[in-house]
Amino acid sequence: MFFAPFISKPDSVSQIMLRVLLALIPGIVLYVWHFGPAILVSITLASITALATEAAMLKLRGSPVTPFIKDNSALLTAWLLALSIPPLAPWWMVVTGTAFAISISKHLYGGLGNNPFNPAMIGYAVLIISFPVPMTQWLTPHGLGSVELNLLDQLHFIFSGALPPGVSLDAITMATPLDTLKTQLHLDRPMQEIMDMPIYGRLAGQGSEAVALGFLAGGLFLLLNRIISWHIPVFYLGSLFAIAGVFHLIDPAHYAPPMFHWFSGAAMIGALFILTDPITSPTTTKGKFIFAACAGLITYLIRTFGGFPDGLAFSTLLMNICVPLIDAYTQPKIFGKKGKQP
Amino acid sequence: MKKLFKFHGGVHPPTNKTQSNERPIAQAALPSKLIVPLHQHAGNTAQPVVEVGQRVLKGQTLGKPDGRLSSTVHAPTSGTVTAIDMQPVAHPSGLPYLCITLIPDGLDEWVPREQHDWKTMSHSELRHLLRDMGVVGLGGAVFPSDMKLYSHKHKITPLVLNGAECEPYITCDDRLMRERAAEILQGAEIMRALLYADEVMVGIEDNKPEAIAAMRAAVAAGSHERMEIVAVPTVYPGGGAKQLIRVLTGIEVAAGVRSTDLGVQCFNVGTAYSTWRAIAHGEPLISRIVTVTGHVGEPQNFEVPFGTPIAELVAQAGSLPETSGYIMGGPMMGFPLPTVDAGVIKATNCIIAMSDTLFPVAPPALPCIRCTRCADVCPAELQPQELYWFAKSKNFGKAQAYHLFDCIECGACSYVCPSHIPLVQYYQFAKSEIHQREQDKQAADRARERHEYREFRIEREKREKAERLAAKEKAAQEKAVTVDKAIEPAIAATNPDADPESTMQFKIQAAIDHAKEQAAAIKPKNTENLSPEQLAEITEIEVRRARIRELAQSNVDQPKE
Repeated sequence: MFFAPFISKPDSVSQIMLRVLLALIPGIVLYVWHFGPAILVSITLASITALATEAAMLKLRGSPVTPFIKDNSALLTAWLLALSIPPLAPWWMVVTGTAFAISISKHLYGGLGNNPFNPAMIGYAVLIISFPVPMTQWLTPHGLGSVELNLLDQLHFIFSGALPPGVSLDAITMATPLDTLKTQLHLDRPMQEIMDMPIYGRLAGQGSEAVALGFLAGGLFLLLNRIISWHIPVFYLGSLFAIAGVFHLIDPAHYAPPMFHWFSGAAMIGALFILTDPITSPTTTKGKFIFAACAGLITYLIRTFGGFPDGLAFSTLLMNICVPLIDAYTQPKIFGKKGKQP
Repeated sequence: MKKLFKFHGGVHPPTNKTQSNERPIAQAALPSKLIVPLHQHAGNTAQPVVEVGQRVLKGQTLGKPDGRLSSTVHAPTSGTVTAIDMQPVAHPSGLPYLCITLIPDGLDEWVPREQHDWKTMSHSELRHLLRDMGVVGLGGAVFPSDMKLYSHKHKITPLVLNGAECEPYITCDDRLMRERAAEILQGAEIMRALLYADEVMVGIEDNKPEAIAAMRAAVAAGSHERMEIVAVPTVYPGGGAKQLIRVLTGIEVAAGVRSTDLGVQCFNVGTAYSTWRAIAHGEPLISRIVTVTGHVGEPQNFEVPFGTPIAELVAQAGSLPETSGYIMGGPMMGFPLPTVDAGVIKATNCIIAMSDTLFPVAPPALPCIRCTRCADVCPAELQPQELYWFAKSKNFGKAQAYHLFDCIECGACSYVCPSHIPLVQYYQFAKSEIHQREQDKQAADRARERHEYREFRIEREKREKAERLAAKEKAAQEKAVTVDKAIEPAIAATNPDADPESTMQFKIQAAIDHAKEQAAAIKPKNTENLSPEQLAEITEIEVRRARIRELAQSNVDQPKE
């Protein structure tokens, strides 16, 4: 027997997740263009690990495997995690991080729809706390490094940790633009001089700014398809812009301009793909404002005054904890009970 | 151009109206038998006033209203009453209700019809007439119209006529407005007079241009004043009374608030039409327009006498093989008919024959991902994802705090849910559980009060008896003292063993025995002279107890895992 409504809009969870995956592709293409194909290796590794862990956990939990495997949510977690860690990270790191994200932070909380924390960000947090050194070895973009590895060399390094003879790790990797900025500021170099370093481009880091633009394009696709609402990206980027702007105006020699923050690190992918995860973000408009604005503030504070290279993951997780509370206190007024009638 | 308001959310399902709205309304053939339920309206079941074997005329009263909130039921044609018994009816529960089975004699012979000029009648007369004619709201709620046609002390500014018909597939109001616009407006004039309303607004969704044109032409032809036909945007559930009132007037009628309190009243166009027929032509409500559509040969609208078995009605539109079931109402809010033998009732606006291609079974539900598409479309501006969460976890207090009872069950949330969760069913479940608990609590409260009063009464009686006894004793003693003094020698002579102590003992014993006897005599009175309802209630309670005992027993029997 089935019940009203007897018709439904042709849409599904797996379609939604699939469109989010598609929206990541422009960013990934630009990633490969600027940093080589290594990222595809870690995406593949993460995807396989995610699907295997998902299937195993579903089996263990006694849930039907097929409908849940097809929902594409595990793949999305895998892609987001792979995109947040250095592409040359050893294979076991990708596997550990993904397996942890899917099993502990998703399925132990009840699986799809029940995880309070963004699984990809949990995976990232576990990796950066456990293996801080490889998590800072980012690939040097095309044209900046003295040596460039081909795909085979990269694969070899990911799986065995061995580099071709005569190549040192420092030659092919570097700190992120955010990290470099922090180190250079500590050395008391003025902002203008730092920004003239070859690793910086027009907006932020050479190469990485293009990837961020790719994610922005993908995010706009999601907005147009109404997969995400504009609230969280706008409030997050707005708050990040505002606080960065204030500091930059007060002391431009020591604080990077707001646009630098927008296109550095994980701000774009975070604003459009990670904070917007519906499961771990508030449902009310007011709630989304509080959530995203606070996340923007925390991101800036961690980036500028904290010890970690980027603040997106921790600001996301910190705000994830607050979601139930935010939702409970931001319930909107309902039809006929708003207290005003014409 | 009139300024229209918006309501939050809404969805745009495929309208599927052209299948049935191209053909004119056809008169449905008289069926072999009519099964007329006596409960076709909101409120109490009508009481049958005919007998088995009796010949009745078309329009003759079959059932009289029982109490204030009830309505009259009439014979849809002339014929013989063959049964008055419980039959399955067109209701989601599938439970049987009291029905009158009528075998038509084919003569279709009317009772004498009295035509009235409503302008010469008092409002009270008009309301009584509407009640006697069985006029109820034809938009779906079947609420007795006479009860809605009071404005009390409130000033009704606009009378809203609902011709929006926002549910997909349904076209009965569309065809009615195209074909009988003048009479709808005449009915609206009667309603306007009864409500002292200034203005009449007819809201019609803009996907029905023919109906809008016909109604506008009728307004001009009938020179109706302060009456406006308003094209409203096509968005489901724009035809819900609350939503249409909002769109036309900007007023939001919250749950539990009477629209008249806010100065507005709303009727379906079909109700206005029936009001006119009842008063001007003396025709009681014995038929209505029903859309038969979906998986049938010739989808169209029929004027159907109530009681026509649904199977016989569908056959007239051409039944097709591989029909998987029937929906009464629209695909958004209708319900699957438990049986096709049931008769068409006043609430039957549409019958949709289902097939697997037209209505594919939804894929299994996945967990909620809190995407809030449901909240985006909810016309009551609720947070359906939260309500779902609370209903699922049986956290009914929270569900109520999140305004569960403001949900109008329009189904827009379920329609857009990418996880295909049957949200409305969760809300219905929560609502019925809450109602049940409330009833149980009330019953428990009543029982407790009764028990406490009984305790108090027994205590009081005991005290009063003791007081009476003491008083009597005292009086007797005083008397005995005087008597004893006089006859002491005599007593001593006749009863040498008698001592004052033992006579006292005897007297006390006798008093106690007497009290006990009285108590024994009082006890059974509690269960005597019970009304049949009380007896039924007791039996029900006994059955429930037995079931609980059984359950408890089986729980005990089951080995602990």
